[in-house]
Amino acid sequence: MIRGRGVEKRYGRKRALRGVDLAVPRGGFAVITGPNGSGKTTLLRLLVGLALPTRGDLLVDADRSRIGYLAHEPLVYRELSAVENLDLFGRLYRVPERRERIGMLLGRFALWEARNERVSTYSRGMTQRLALCRTLLHDPDLLVLDEPYSALDAEGTALLDEALETLAGQRTIVVATHEPDRLAPLQTASLGLA
Amino acid sequence: MGLALVLALIVAPEDADQGISQRIFYIHVPIALTAYFCFGLGAVKALLLLWRGDERYDLESYVAIHQGTIFGALTLITGAIWAKASWGVWWTWSSNQLVLFLVLFLFYCAYFMLRFSLEDGPRRARSSAVYALFGVALIPVSFLAIRLAEDFIHPTVFTRDGPQMSGSMFATFVVSWGAVTLLAYVLYRVELAGKRLDADLRELREALQ
Amino acid sequence: MTYLADVAALTRKDLRVELRGRDTLPAMLLFVLSTLVVFHFAIPADAGDNAAYGLLWVAIVFTALLGLARAWVPEQEHGVLDGLVLAPCDRSAIWLGKTLATLTFLLAAQAVALPAFVLFFEPLDATAIAGVLLADIGICAVGSLMSAMAAAGRAREVLLPLLVLPLAIPLIVGGVGAAVSEDGGRFLLFLLLYDAVFAVLSWASFEYVVTE
Repeated sequence: MIRGRGVEKRYGRKRALRGVDLAVPRGGFAVITGPNGSGKTTLLRLLVGLALPTRGDLLVDADRSRIGYLAHEPLVYRELSAVENLDLFGRLYRVPERRERIGMLLGRFALWEARNERVSTYSRGMTQRLALCRTLLHDPDLLVLDEPYSALDAEGTALLDEALETLAGQRTIVVATHEPDRLAPLQTASLGLA
Repeated sequence: MGLALVLALIVAPEDADQGISQRIFYIHVPIALTAYFCFGLGAVKALLLLWRGDERYDLESYVAIHQGTIFGALTLITGAIWAKASWGVWWTWSSNQLVLFLVLFLFYCAYFMLRFSLEDGPRRARSSAVYALFGVALIPVSFLAIRLAEDFIHPTVFTRDGPQMSGSMFATFVVSWGAVTLLAYVLYRVELAGKRLDADLRELREALQ
Repeated sequence: MTYLADVAALTRKDLRVELRGRDTLPAMLLFVLSTLVVFHFAIPADAGDNAAYGLLWVAIVFTALLGLARAWVPEQEHGVLDGLVLAPCDRSAIWLGKTLATLTFLLAAQAVALPAFVLFFEPLDATAIAGVLLADIGICAVGSLMSAMAAAGRAREVLLPLLVLPLAIPLIVGGVGAAVSEDGGRFLLFLLLYDAVFAVLSWASFEYVVTE
């Protein structure tokens, strides 16, 4: 599903990502590790298509509608409620049975009670959970998660573990993380960036 | 080549046996035309960048626009000299050419401000390219606007002497134009080569680290 | 038709965000009214009646700039713009949604400013108002794009006026001409031309400005 060879990304003079080789089959679970500044986020951005590699070949067999990206930032509007945010993205991603799916996700990630409150009132953990809902909203084939555990509270962490266990094997997953041990049981491949 | 250029530039004005104002004309107009050409070239390179995605075009577009802006500044300066020589004032709003150049000069100065505020990378290259395309679209639209504005802006106090060119004057004009174009081309190649060398050196340095 | 549905959803979102946050529209309203009052003190007594129209246009342009400077702020909080760019919708829909929303705010501010202008200074006929509407479209179209470009860099508040003002000059000519000239129709036609050229250009190039 993902095949990269000698993938490199430069921003002018800065080299954000040195030559990387990577192959993830469909249904695989790849874990990416490395210290800050090693290019984990850059690699993930290349995978989802937010940036193009400066050098090397990168093939990702999924178009925008089939990719779910959880970034460092939550990617949700502060002034809108959870429902309004998910409704907007649901429309943009052409999610069928939008309302039901939104309800289901909000319930699963314990945001149902706060669903009509503005995101600006949420705690960090809640916002991150909403970001997760947004990522999973359109049931993507490829999940790309950038340090998903970093902003989660205890409740969210348990929910994410559950979600990943369910999805592993059925979807292709790529996770960049500081805690590789947590995902060791699920992973099929790992890549360490220097 | 440089020598030929200088010679051509000196010979051209000497051939003119009108007053100083006519002599400036031989430099002013070619410089203006060259500036337009540079902006156009910059826009073409910009289009190629967006279409083909090859980042080499970014540098070429930038250098072309840089040249265009320099020549644009020269146009304004020579235009001011011409105005002083012809009508005794350093600036006049009644010369549509000059006003157009002023607007374009401001536009392309903002181009450099844009480049200056963005970090090096594909984002900067693409935004610059889009802005360069807006520039050439602005040229005809601005010209139209200035023509229309004559209606209600300042009354035309000075009449514009559109020079009728006789044979020898025309020849002089062409020589001058050719010389200025050649100069622009040389400057373009020199600056482009210099910047490319810079970039290559940097890459080499990085690769060795 | 999903394209229009996307645009509608995006515009609705912008209107909603503004209604909740109430950052931009009140500022624009207050700014344009204050500017008109300043003009009363700034115009010498012997300046012609028509000078007021020129100043109206200066006020409009700077009010628009105020709105445009804040146009992409909701997308920058929490990095939402990446989320929009990643969605399967056409990127130009993002631009169109934003332009329509900004246009709405500008029109709302003018709904107060124009009557105030007529009250303080000079009358406005149908041609003049048509000029305002057409120029609004032009400035919002171009301004949304430039605002997005500037937002990616440093010193964006300073950069935006620099990028927009040269492009706004033809609009000012069109607008003032429509208000002042005998043959206002010519100026309206010109504004239509400007809008056609630059709106299409902005619509087509937005994709390149937000992707790498």
